Amino acid sequence: MATVTLEHVSKVYPNGLKAVSDLNLELKDGEFLVLVGPSGCGKTTALRMVAGLEDISDGTIRIGDRVVNDITPQERDIAMVFQNYALYPHMTVAENIGFSLKLHRAPKSEIAERVAEVAKILGLEEHLSRKPAQLSGGQRQRVAMGRAIVRHPAVFLMDEPLSNLDAKLRVQMRAEVARLQRRLKVSTLYVTHDQTEAMTMGDRVAVLKDGVLQQLGRPQEIYTHPANLFVAGFIGSPAMNVYEGALSEAGDEIKLGSQSFVLPASWAASDLLAPYRGKRIVVGVRPEDLPDAAQAGQPSGGQRLVGQIELVEELGSEKFVHFRIDAPRVQAHTAAAPGEDLGALGKGEIGAAVLSEGVARVAPSSKIRAGDQASFTLDVERLYLFDEDTSEAIRGPDS
Amino acid sequence: MAASAGASRSAGQKPRPVRRALLYLGVILTALITLFPFFWILRTSLESDNQVAQGVGGKNGIIPGHLGFGSYVTDLTTQHFARPLLNSAVVALATTIVTIIVASLAGYALARLHIRGAGAILGFILLAGFFPVLAMIGPLFLLLRHLNFLDNIYPLIIVYLVYTLPISTWLLKNFFEQIPIELEEAALVDGASRLQTLRKVVVPVALPGVFTAGILSFILAWNDFAFAVSFLRNTQHFTAPLDIVTLGQSAFQVFYNRIDAAVVIITIPIAALVLIAQRRIISGLTAGSFR
Repeated sequence: MATVTLEHVSKVYPNGLKAVSDLNLELKDGEFLVLVGPSGCGKTTALRMVAGLEDISDGTIRIGDRVVNDITPQERDIAMVFQNYALYPHMTVAENIGFSLKLHRAPKSEIAERVAEVAKILGLEEHLSRKPAQLSGGQRQRVAMGRAIVRHPAVFLMDEPLSNLDAKLRVQMRAEVARLQRRLKVSTLYVTHDQTEAMTMGDRVAVLKDGVLQQLGRPQEIYTHPANLFVAGFIGSPAMNVYEGALSEAGDEIKLGSQSFVLPASWAASDLLAPYRGKRIVVGVRPEDLPDAAQAGQPSGGQRLVGQIELVEELGSEKFVHFRIDAPRVQAHTAAAPGEDLGALGKGEIGAAVLSEGVARVAPSSKIRAGDQASFTLDVERLYLFDEDTSEAIRGPDS
Repeated sequence: MAASAGASRSAGQKPRPVRRALLYLGVILTALITLFPFFWILRTSLESDNQVAQGVGGKNGIIPGHLGFGSYVTDLTTQHFARPLLNSAVVALATTIVTIIVASLAGYALARLHIRGAGAILGFILLAGFFPVLAMIGPLFLLLRHLNFLDNIYPLIIVYLVYTLPISTWLLKNFFEQIPIELEEAALVDGASRLQTLRKVVVPVALPGVFTAGILSFILAWNDFAFAVSFLRNTQHFTAPLDIVTLGQSAFQVFYNRIDAAVVIITIPIAALVLIAQRRIISGLTAGSFR
């Protein structure tokens, strides 16, 4: 069984920096688990600890049933794909791929056979006698993967392997890597800072921030039920619009700047929102949940969010509309740790005369133009609510 | 074209063609001045004993009347220059090999192992390299005499490490530092031990640096005169630079042609080495490994 288990794993550097704090994670057999988070969140450190390239300050790492804390990388039965590929420049593609087999003293015929097999899977047959310098970025990336695949290891470790590819190639390789993993069924731990890769490739996604695991779950789950403000703002592109709002005393209305939105009666009655009556509350709404109210097909009686349009980005398939409303915006991405003050813009009074930005994704046929005032359909059921102090989620859509 | 380019400039600036001509003139002059001594040595080496006696002038001008390889033959046969050449070759080669091995290991350790005081260690090594050689001769002489190592070319190998180790270690440390550590990590993950990583990945990739250190060491050892003249006595044990001193002298005449022929012979291995190594020093060696 090729599983990887991290129990209470921490990494503290000599200068006191806590790169990873009390990480608990389990990679299941054959699973594609993505570690995602901004730079410096500890994801690469965690990966390197699994690889044995970094010492573990605290906790246990198991590969299968074996505790590998003190086992060298050579003996962990893992294969790694590095961000900048780290191909051996003085060796041909065939030698690069076969290097580990050679080190393990496999017979020449076996090496040749396995290298040929891998080259076929990855489409590298014509390049076997070339050196890395003669290959394109995508080809080098495939050689790096080939080097990992040929060993039939228990676990694949991948450290942002697609980061150095241009956008188009990245999209193509994303699918190829995911397809490959599904075909080979090797347990894979994949690190990336790109939330799109995390969402499209992972069976499960672990979101990290400052060395702490924020949430672990299936991509869809993380999208619709983010555990806290950070996860909500990190997953989804463009990022969720997050504002400081307030819940009315009766619990039946949410105020967002000078606008208010009626809540269903069931909410007013629910215990979930009771503690927040009459208090500030953080309100999030995804750009994709703000369609152009003026478009055909939008419910005529629905609630509207009105904004001043600053800019319209035309993507062809849709438009990103940048608007302003008079509610203070909360920086979801740098959301504070529990207990810290969120420090919203224009702090102090709700509905202070502060204009903050937002983005809406509207259909390409929308007639919204910069300089207009426009309305977006706001379905309160699609709102994400967060506690102002702890930044934890109170509710999300479909709860 | 030239006229219009010149005409478009403001008064006071030299027109471009003139500046270029002056630049070329400067380059040619510098080249001539730099290469002239070599030319003269080559020229003299191809003269006969009579021509040297005649002196320069008349038929024996900048290009002498007759050119012949007689001096070379004389050097290698009657003057027995072959033996010192062999001595030099043995010592320089041995010094180079020892230097490359030791400096690679030391340079790698200094580059990769995070030793506290690594900077101080390197500083100390470099300091030894900058120490004036002539100041070392007295104490070294006494030491070698005590050990009975005088008048013997093999102890010279160890002595020459004074020239070669500091700069080679420093050079190789810098080279190793530039090799991204992911390359070694990839080798580790692939199953290589530290030593295997060094041998199969790091050194091949650092080959330009290894070659440079090797060539530098060879040149330093080959060209040494100070240590050779101080520690060698028997002419059979002389290295080539030392032998040249006695080579062209006789009671009646200084055979400049023979001396210069010997100088040319001495220079050939170095020139050949640099030419061969230039091809090896492929900076693009590491170009394809990353991204």
